[in-house]
Amino acid sequence: MKKVNVEKNAAEFIYQDDIHVTEHDKNLWNARQKRDTAAAQIPEWEELRNLASAIKEHTLTHLDQYLEQFVTNAEKRGIKVHFANDAAEHNAIAYEILSSHRVKNIIKSKSMLQEECGMTPFLEEKGIGVLETDLGERIQQLSEQIPSHIVMPAIHQTKEDIAKLFAEKIGTDPNNTDPASLNTAMRNNARPKFLLADAGMTGGNFAIAETGTFVVCTNEGNADLTASLPPLHIASIGIEKILPKAEDLGVFIRILSRSALGTPATQYTSHFTGPREGAEMHIILTDNGRSKRLAMDEFWKSLKCIRCGACMNTCPVYRRSSGLAYGATYSGPIGIIIDPTFDAKKYSELPFHSSLCGSCSEVCPVHINIAEQIMDWRKVMMKNKEVDFSRRMAFKAVGVMLGHPKLFRAVEKVAYNAINILPEAITENKTLDPWAAHRKLPDVKKETFREWYIKNRKNNEQ
Amino acid sequence: MSSKEDFLQSIRAGLAKRTPTAYPYIPTFEQAGIDLKAVFEKNLKLAAVDFYDVSSVEEAQKIMQERLPDVKVVCSATDEWEGNKDIDAVEQPRDLDDVGLGVFRAELGVAEMGMIWVTEKSLKVNALGYLSQHLAVLLDPAEITENMHTAYQRPGLLDANYGCFVMGSSATADIGAVLVRGAQGAKSLTLFFLKTKDDETGK
Repeated sequence: MKKVNVEKNAAEFIYQDDIHVTEHDKNLWNARQKRDTAAAQIPEWEELRNLASAIKEHTLTHLDQYLEQFVTNAEKRGIKVHFANDAAEHNAIAYEILSSHRVKNIIKSKSMLQEECGMTPFLEEKGIGVLETDLGERIQQLSEQIPSHIVMPAIHQTKEDIAKLFAEKIGTDPNNTDPASLNTAMRNNARPKFLLADAGMTGGNFAIAETGTFVVCTNEGNADLTASLPPLHIASIGIEKILPKAEDLGVFIRILSRSALGTPATQYTSHFTGPREGAEMHIILTDNGRSKRLAMDEFWKSLKCIRCGACMNTCPVYRRSSGLAYGATYSGPIGIIIDPTFDAKKYSELPFHSSLCGSCSEVCPVHINIAEQIMDWRKVMMKNKEVDFSRRMAFKAVGVMLGHPKLFRAVEKVAYNAINILPEAITENKTLDPWAAHRKLPDVKKETFREWYIKNRKNNEQ
Repeated sequence: MSSKEDFLQSIRAGLAKRTPTAYPYIPTFEQAGIDLKAVFEKNLKLAAVDFYDVSSVEEAQKIMQERLPDVKVVCSATDEWEGNKDIDAVEQPRDLDDVGLGVFRAELGVAEMGMIWVTEKSLKVNALGYLSQHLAVLLDPAEITENMHTAYQRPGLLDANYGCFVMGSSATADIGAVLVRGAQGAKSLTLFFLKTKDDETGK
């Protein structure tokens, strides 16, 4: 697979105009601030984060037992459970269920796992019509783009972009950019399709071993329409979504939406424990690299992720470059540490798309050490020689220089002088270093820190 | 297609390098002397739910007629409230598409979230909660629990095939991060505090 060129993708978003990047940054930071306000209202907030982390670690380290228990209980209630080792198996199972029911059209709510498996293009190729029912996902489907954010899939688009898109695709007035009217237009467009669909597909946010229940959290009500209208409901669930008991949900529902958008919870927290009368329910339990990740000492804790998107909202690099820059199903800080487990070559540039400021680790509701793992992935990429030769050599040179004080001092002086002499065309060259754009080197003092320190220490000693 | 055994086997292989950790004790974080109804009402407001204390269904019906005078089709899943579309005569969920006002009795309220709990028992046809343009919900004020921890401790909560915590009307902020109510589900939810009649619950 071709390497994702993060710098190029980010530049495309940043330089399209001076509106998108500003709006994007503002909207995401706003979500982060709302998260802070919501968290501050819960006295036990930090305790909840510790509990969530501990429950997840306990479950993951006993995953085989809890998974088996989940399957037994779900089957007891009449749910058919299927097992998919990878994306191809997941899609084949989904197609087999759908084709055996002669399904022509499905409605689906948002599922990152189905996205990860590339299910929609697969089913469309087989002649099955797929309608994304989450508004943001629908916008992305019509735009022929992958979601740029795991909670707000179209957050990189402005309302003007969406007005133009809807005008083209569903015949709305291109000059009407009012979010409420655009929403109504899509509600009216989607409603007949909901009524006629032969099957509904959802994901699952949590799966409870003790009861065989799976839980879907949404704001729009689209998952409940998806599950309550057609006679067939298929849910795709990653193995890391298992929780031991119903009471664990108390912890996770309290932190999920507060971390994501700063609301107490999603509008709908839907629990499916068995098929409704006269309907069929299937679960496709999917591994797709997760059991291998479980064996990775540095990276297994990324399996604790509950897909809230808080790390994206807070990340200064994500807010500036947009999720599309990562060229992957999962973007932002969590994407950086998950994506390379799928394809270490394709996503080898991702770990360098970070300032390592650590804000992601600070807001993560389940205490994933995201920043540390980004650093560890950098080490892996350097070791695997997945990093450009020039950058690898630069890192190597820095390593040698920092390990030899005398050499450092000599280089330091040369560099100080060079920066003052060389023209900006070289020191801030966008071609040599894409990150140099929009950034200015500070004025450099004639004196190095060491010179200043030696002089001043002597002054102090006198 | 993988078999369950092969599937579990790869997980066990992944687990070989992990040290099992303990399951934590989860407190319920209850606060002493809390006024459940007052907290519930505060959070209902945050979820844009209008609520009324009523002493009869007739009173609630009158309020809904004033709020939504244009509604033509009323479908109720509770015998207390008579609509003009019989939910028991509904053959397919999609037949509820013309419902202007859906009515049901919620089984539980969660003070911390301003949420109500409904199941297939309270909805009769699950789609009633989502195809209806607007919702009117009855709740016994005695059925309010403090938070998510106490809610999930209710015995038999997950016995139903389908159960949902509903926090107001449906909403989205997917266009320009602007909050819009009435995404795909109900456009509004009005809540009425009304005691359950003893003879109906068999208490």
